[in-house]
Amino acid sequence: MLIVGGGGAGLRAAIAVAELNPQLSVAMVSKVYPMRSHTVSAEGGAAAVIKPNDSLADHIDDTITGSDWLADQDVVEAFVHEAPREMIQLEHWGCPWSRDPDGSVAVRPFGGMKIERTWFAADKTGFHMLHALFQTSLKYQPITRYDEWFATRLLVDENRCQGVTAIELRTGQMRAITAKAVIICTGGGGRVFPFTTNAAIKTGDGMALAYRAGVPLKDMEFVQYHPTGLPGTGILITEAARGEGGILVNKDGYRYLQDYDIGQPLDVHDPNHPQKRTMELGPRDKLSQCFIKEREKGRTIQGTYGDYVLLDVRHLGEAKINKKIPFVRELAKNYVGIDPVHQPIPVRPVVHYMMGGIHTDIQGATPLSGLFAAGECACVSINGANRLGSNSLTELLVFGARAGLAAAQFALDHPSVNASALEAQANDEEARVAGQFIRKLEGKERIAKIRSEMTLTMEEGAGIYRTEVSLKSTCDKLAELRDRFQDIVLDDHSLSFNTELTAALELDYMLDVAQSVAHSALERKESRGAHQRTDHPKRDDQNYLKHSLAYHTDGAPRVEYLDVVITKWPPGERVYGR
Amino acid sequence: MPDEKITLEVMRYHPEKDEQPSFQTYEVPFREDWVVLDALNWIKDEVDGTLTFRWSCRMGVCGSCGMMVNGTPKLTCAAFLRDYYPKPIRVEPLANFPIERDLVVVLDDFMAKLSAVKPYLIRKPGEERSLDDGEYRQSPAELARYKQFSMCINCMLCYAACPVMGLEPEFVGPAAIALAMRYNLDSRDQGAEERKDVIFTHDAIWNCTYVGECSVVCPKHVDPAGAIQQAKVAAAVDYYTSFLTPWKK
Repeated sequence: MLIVGGGGAGLRAAIAVAELNPQLSVAMVSKVYPMRSHTVSAEGGAAAVIKPNDSLADHIDDTITGSDWLADQDVVEAFVHEAPREMIQLEHWGCPWSRDPDGSVAVRPFGGMKIERTWFAADKTGFHMLHALFQTSLKYQPITRYDEWFATRLLVDENRCQGVTAIELRTGQMRAITAKAVIICTGGGGRVFPFTTNAAIKTGDGMALAYRAGVPLKDMEFVQYHPTGLPGTGILITEAARGEGGILVNKDGYRYLQDYDIGQPLDVHDPNHPQKRTMELGPRDKLSQCFIKEREKGRTIQGTYGDYVLLDVRHLGEAKINKKIPFVRELAKNYVGIDPVHQPIPVRPVVHYMMGGIHTDIQGATPLSGLFAAGECACVSINGANRLGSNSLTELLVFGARAGLAAAQFALDHPSVNASALEAQANDEEARVAGQFIRKLEGKERIAKIRSEMTLTMEEGAGIYRTEVSLKSTCDKLAELRDRFQDIVLDDHSLSFNTELTAALELDYMLDVAQSVAHSALERKESRGAHQRTDHPKRDDQNYLKHSLAYHTDGAPRVEYLDVVITKWPPGERVYGR
Repeated sequence: MPDEKITLEVMRYHPEKDEQPSFQTYEVPFREDWVVLDALNWIKDEVDGTLTFRWSCRMGVCGSCGMMVNGTPKLTCAAFLRDYYPKPIRVEPLANFPIERDLVVVLDDFMAKLSAVKPYLIRKPGEERSLDDGEYRQSPAELARYKQFSMCINCMLCYAACPVMGLEPEFVGPAAIALAMRYNLDSRDQGAEERKDVIFTHDAIWNCTYVGECSVVCPKHVDPAGAIQQAKVAAAVDYYTSFLTPWKK
């Protein structure tokens, strides 16, 4: 068994396999040490029904409404049902959840949810979940880690995935790691955009690996902007700041969200503030869109890194800020020199999450035999056109475990691998990477230049609002960058810890991911959730109540469609704040 | 002032070519809101793609980008150029670790030490709680007993600051002991006995001279020195109670 990626989903999958059958050895390949994985940056929390005032039906309904009916409803049901057990499991593995006075796990409200159901560990939930998973994984002997190994290609023989090639960063040697089943858990690819909460490592590696092996990427046009990132760095200011009562105001100090049909404000000292699914607790896609409209009205504030608005938490008081959102205070103080106890925080929408990803079924299996995927790199799909805040951390547990079990079963049923064929492929791959990058001495393009042009064209043409014209221009630009990438040359031609080489390979992945996003967005001629076309402003269930599937070709991606699974919740109007 | 520059003196070492580390000097644009990591990335992107360092989240939580900045262990994503300007900044790999290349150090020993303290909840056989019984109850006060020690991001700044680490590399070290205490103090855990051998031996806590540098450099206020002190007290109590109440063993 091989898992690519050592974040939350990968670790959960590894533990699931180790607990199921200690005879199965699990290799975990990760380009960073597991505790550096980007799960670490998640702040606000993880959703699961645990309190008596909540219900599975409500969690399902919130998730499907949030998805603008693009989530598969059978998958959402399974997710919501399994979520509480997975979260309790993590509690039993030591995750330091914040508690109510009676010692039970505490929950907080989050955007787009009718009832508070977000478990949290102050505002470092992802950090604590990742470390609890990583530390727990150390218990299991069958798990062998390949830390700082960079995967470059899936090994596929007779239409079955049987491993990867990976570069051991320390030595620069490429090796074939063969396996009876492979799970990709490499997270998202927010780095294809210029302003993002995503860490440097979020370059869509696993998505591109699967895509190049012929697996379609599903619903890639749906990119979530988080409404509150710090200008410039894109550092995330968690939604929990609003869940605890923080408000968004424009340059006049006005709570502008009330102008956009997501409800009317209550006074910040009103006992019913913040109201669920209303105003600041509306869903992320709508709040990010409100910002753009507010900017068009000239009511945002101009700054060095573009326009921004203000997130005000001062009325919460120092004690509550320190108890519930201490990391928000730390980040604001360290990175913008503002103490939220005394001043509002400048924020703007920044790319946060990819709803789309590797096409999988409800077990995490991809159409390629032997290949599975879970977490943000996958699209299973529970998030549809817009993910609800605090569903993604739970998702990586539920579907990490599911993919682990399904892949383990596959490995038991398919005991052999074709070692000689795989070895030949690995030799080809070694020659490719050497020829294209390490030994190549001619070329005039620099990685950073192409990377920055890519992120700019994505923001300009495939950002919060899109049109056919803007998307075509981005698609053309990406094709140009694809060509120019061939002319890249590195400064570093050595083997040990060559991070310029990995940056080139990452850029190669990102160009694939960017193309799949832009072309899927061009083809979807409607507006739904996070995909807003000003030239097609209405949702069109007649033609687009469908998942897009982007297939890799030698030229532009080919986009096909697949019906959404609708069971008990027929598409309706998406209403917030009334 | 768009034309202002700041000088970075960066330690370079390439295992395939160099006998000894050396320093290379770069002139970098000075920007008020840049951190040392931004300057390193500017060098890598614009000037010298061979410069090698680790980084990821650039928000002080992944723990990748620890380096020596003017001799002090720092997260470079949180070390602002403006705090050093106009003087030059010297950037070196974390002290007390072998160098892999340039600013990248070897983590093998650190990872082995983390593992050695059994950093996971341990329950006595037969006392594991079933998932059907829901969560363990843990009061906010019980959570508060270990919460601080659970905040460690494994950035290893404390190892770079620790005078004992430099002299006795076998020392388990501040972060690993803090992690052991994080579990020992957790009301859900019953594994303190199993961790005793690793943290109460001579190599571990008794080596600590309580200089406290680890707690000074910790970017997350984990206070590993406090953890070591608590562990020492627990060990001493344990030693005496083993004489007074031998039947408890």
